[in-house]
Amino acid sequence: MTAEFTPEEVRYVAALARLALTEEEVASYATQLTSVLGHIDTIRALDLEGVAPTSHAFALENVFREDEVIEGLDRDEVLAQAPAAEDGRFRVPSILGEAP
Amino acid sequence: MTEIAPGWELTVGLEVHCELQSATKLFCGCANAFGQTPNTNVCPVCLGLPGSLPVLNRTAVEFAMRIGLALNCHVEPSIFHRKNYFYPDMPKDYQVSQYDEPINLDGYIELPSGTRVGIERAHLEEDTGKTSHMGGGGRIHDADYSLVDYNRAGVPLVEIVSRPDITSPEDARAYVSELRSILVATGASDGRMEEGSLRVDANVSVRRSGTTELGTRCEVKNMNSLRSLGRAIEYEAARQIELLEDGGRVVQETRHWNENTGTTSSMRSKEEAFDYRYFPEPDLVSIAPSAEWVTAVREALPPMPSERRGKLLAAVRSASPDVDEHAIADQIVTVVDLGIDALVVAAIAAGADGRLALARGANEAASRPEDARALKVESFVELLHLESSGKLSATQAKSVLAAILESGATPAEAIAKLGFEGVDDAALAVIVDGIIGANPQEWQRFVEGDEKVAQFLLGQVMKQTKGQANGRVVAELLALRKGA
Amino acid sequence: MTPLDRPSAAEVAAAVRSGERSARSFIEESLTQIGRDEATLHCFNEITAEQALARAEEIDAAVAKGEDPGPLAGVPIALKDNLCTRGIATTCSSKILEGWLPPYDATVVQRLHQAGAISVGKTNLDEFAMGSSTENSAFGPSRNPWDTGRVPGGSSGGSAAAVAAGYVPLSLGSDTGGSIRQPAAFCGTVGLKPTYGLVSRFGLIAFASSLDQIGPFANTVADAALMLESIAGHDPRDSTSLPTQPSAYLAALGEGVEGLRVGVISDFLTDADATIEVAVRGAAEALCAGGATVEEVAIPELMNALAAYYLIAPAEASSNLSRYDGVRYGLRVDAPDVAKMNAATRQAGFGPEVKRRIMLGTYVLSAGYYDAYYAQAQRVRTLVAEAFNRAYAQFDVLIGPTTPTVAFPFGAKVDDPLAMYLSDLYTIPSNLAGHPAVSVPFALGEGAMPIGVQLLGPALGESVMLRAAQVVEAAQATGVRGPVAMSEGSAR
Ligand SMILES: [Mg+2]
Ligand SMILES: [Zn+2]
Repeated sequence: MTAEFTPEEVRYVAALARLALTEEEVASYATQLTSVLGHIDTIRALDLEGVAPTSHAFALENVFREDEVIEGLDRDEVLAQAPAAEDGRFRVPSILGEAP
Repeated sequence: MTEIAPGWELTVGLEVHCELQSATKLFCGCANAFGQTPNTNVCPVCLGLPGSLPVLNRTAVEFAMRIGLALNCHVEPSIFHRKNYFYPDMPKDYQVSQYDEPINLDGYIELPSGTRVGIERAHLEEDTGKTSHMGGGGRIHDADYSLVDYNRAGVPLVEIVSRPDITSPEDARAYVSELRSILVATGASDGRMEEGSLRVDANVSVRRSGTTELGTRCEVKNMNSLRSLGRAIEYEAARQIELLEDGGRVVQETRHWNENTGTTSSMRSKEEAFDYRYFPEPDLVSIAPSAEWVTAVREALPPMPSERRGKLLAAVRSASPDVDEHAIADQIVTVVDLGIDALVVAAIAAGADGRLALARGANEAASRPEDARALKVESFVELLHLESSGKLSATQAKSVLAAILESGATPAEAIAKLGFEGVDDAALAVIVDGIIGANPQEWQRFVEGDEKVAQFLLGQVMKQTKGQANGRVVAELLALRKGA
Repeated sequence: MTPLDRPSAAEVAAAVRSGERSARSFIEESLTQIGRDEATLHCFNEITAEQALARAEEIDAAVAKGEDPGPLAGVPIALKDNLCTRGIATTCSSKILEGWLPPYDATVVQRLHQAGAISVGKTNLDEFAMGSSTENSAFGPSRNPWDTGRVPGGSSGGSAAAVAAGYVPLSLGSDTGGSIRQPAAFCGTVGLKPTYGLVSRFGLIAFASSLDQIGPFANTVADAALMLESIAGHDPRDSTSLPTQPSAYLAALGEGVEGLRVGVISDFLTDADATIEVAVRGAAEALCAGGATVEEVAIPELMNALAAYYLIAPAEASSNLSRYDGVRYGLRVDAPDVAKMNAATRQAGFGPEVKRRIMLGTYVLSAGYYDAYYAQAQRVRTLVAEAFNRAYAQFDVLIGPTTPTVAFPFGAKVDDPLAMYLSDLYTIPSNLAGHPAVSVPFALGEGAMPIGVQLLGPALGESVMLRAAQVVEAAQATGVRGPVAMSEGSAR
């Protein structure tokens, strides 16, 4: 079984990842990522039933911070970094969809 | 099961997002405060600046455990996931939330009506920032542009997901109302729907009566009161029924409740695809509360509203055995909701009239709940005794109660200040005789048994005493003169 | 070419602390060296000469007052440009962050400052640390001082080359799949990836959070140990920071390897260049001569690590890099609505390799693929860690090559992502397990380019691993030890 990264999938994934790829990129990523997936596919075939997944190198637990206020950043310094700001807030172009 | 419309049954599951009242945010030391100047409670972590890392707030975890235990859940070892989607109110463009290993699992709420609603889970997550839409009347779709404030970004939330056990708009409201009381009782939340610290989304579906398979559901958002929750569910159910009866299909989607039009509308933006790509948050480690910690949190929980309602009802019933329980149900809920139940129960235990203590608690005390919770039990008892013994009229007693709640005075001080000591029984007898003399026709009708005219005579006395006469004493005087 | 004679970091600090030489003089010397070669090598994205000189004067003033300015007093250092520095541009060699001024310092930056080290600039890297050659930098590649026609390796290529060229005796890099060790091997320097969680990641701009670790480049194992002592140790701002205090790595050096059990990872020798295999065997002999017992060990599970890595790292990266959306900082490309603005900004701001990995990572996490790819990769990660742990029940230290080849010429692999990814074959397993590993220059290979030998240890096994590394270092071929004089164009 060889995985193929089709141009349609490239477009779908680019939409999820918010990348306005050119058609040229769509084609080249489809080829390159199919080749990378070809290598990666070796591990799809492994029988790893019963093996627990590892998400962290070390299984630390219960790392907490006490509920004490720490002074944050200066608003002017923060907004000076923003591409656009207005009235003490970050300005963005119109939002078409509501949050899911 | 009750039908929502002839031949149709309703199924509702509710997702309630509850902001926790911790001093700081979930993953950083910024103040968790409502209504501050925009972007003043921000730091590298809650702004999602490159290189910043989250560190979990212990108190937020403890608050989540309190909520879980109060909802009869199991507290489980848990981890955080990232929920990935782009939105400008999310500084990292992913939300740190709990997914398949949440901190609280499998509980329930008992509604005052006795209905039990299952709780699937109650998990921790971070809140988003706030967007304001500029131009186009402030509506998102018509706006020219938007402004973002990240003060709320990273505020701890517990999301409480009910099972689809709710079958009427009334039960949905009762569920949220009860949940709100529980959340407030735990101390983890202020329960304010209007400030957005409690936000409710409803998963609504309908099915033909007698069938068992759940219909396709829609998620309705943006209800900011219990009333709009009920209306939104009613509207959405009717919309789905109409659609299905016309041979259409319900599309699973998120819909927006519009308070002004009383309708729901699709929130979907056409080209938008959502695929949250959940995966374990690598920057945070697991939460594994020890059995001792869970026990300590459980033991420190105050009694929950249902238990307190039971105690209050028992107290009223013991003092006033013939009370109509149905008639006082709302008063019981109100008194417990406002946390005045301890005062009322203590007053009854000290010999106050049960019915009266509850009524004064649910009405006059309820208008100043904070002062009522601080009121000395002796003062409340003394006042109730003065009223039940006839030394104060009901009107006077209410005024005195209001005054002592406002000023912190004793009943005696308040009575003196309000001048309620002026009309003694002898003086009142003279006034009553004067009124009888001035209204011979009305007096004649009263003597002949026309009870309605008694109100007129009483009104005359009240007018002359500027409302300070005790109505019960006046009635006794009139009866005495009638020769009954 | 003759190797440049430069004092070690330890010698610089000793001279500054004793008042024998001023910190300022060392900084000036460093800046002179940079001034001479930087137009060719392009190690830096930004050189912070003014701040460095000002800091040097502070340190000299402290010494004059009899204060101790710390164990790295006056030592010129260079910081990979994915470490946040307050008020100093931090770009990750990406257009998307161009002009961004972090409002805070990374923990490692704070700690090095406290230790008296002085940063002279921010070094070039593959964009967001994704790459093995620095060819993915938006600001142009760095060059290998041994042969400017070849890559310095990556992603921490600028930091490796800065040490190899004699700009600075110490620099910091970050290592997600070999990004310290591979360029160290290519540039003939020591490069150390510590145990995951030993060094705080706070202020390190994330590539793959569960794999990223900061570590030093140095000319000697001793200098690497010295720098590690200054940056290691628990940080409450990083939840994955281990609750341990660093050991005295430097003091443990020199104890030798008598009685140590060393395993040569045989699986790493099959695909490596012949000269590299010879080098590894030579290093193993040196350990044997030092009194260690040396045996070959097969750990075939490690060969699945690369595939797992190219699922896990892009997946985490796709999420970590979502925040570059044109809203709060960095680049914005205007568009009529916010979604289009996000997409146009990211399209213009990210280079091809970053986009490739975001695409791959987004794909493997998306609905329907998570279990087949991501969860499976996490299981392989478990197998790799378990296989290592079995090996470490038998051996104190493992040894193998750092890379399958020496530094390659520019353009050799840039259009073939898979070939480029394969250059991390031997370094990736330690990242998946969270274990420490160090690359030590040992011999010269093809084109008289340096060959790095890799020593691998169990979690928090830095002390023993560095002891073995120092024994290997003592046996290294003449001419392999940096810093080197830059060689123009072709091989020396
Ligand atoms: Mg949620
Ligand atoms: Zn914050």
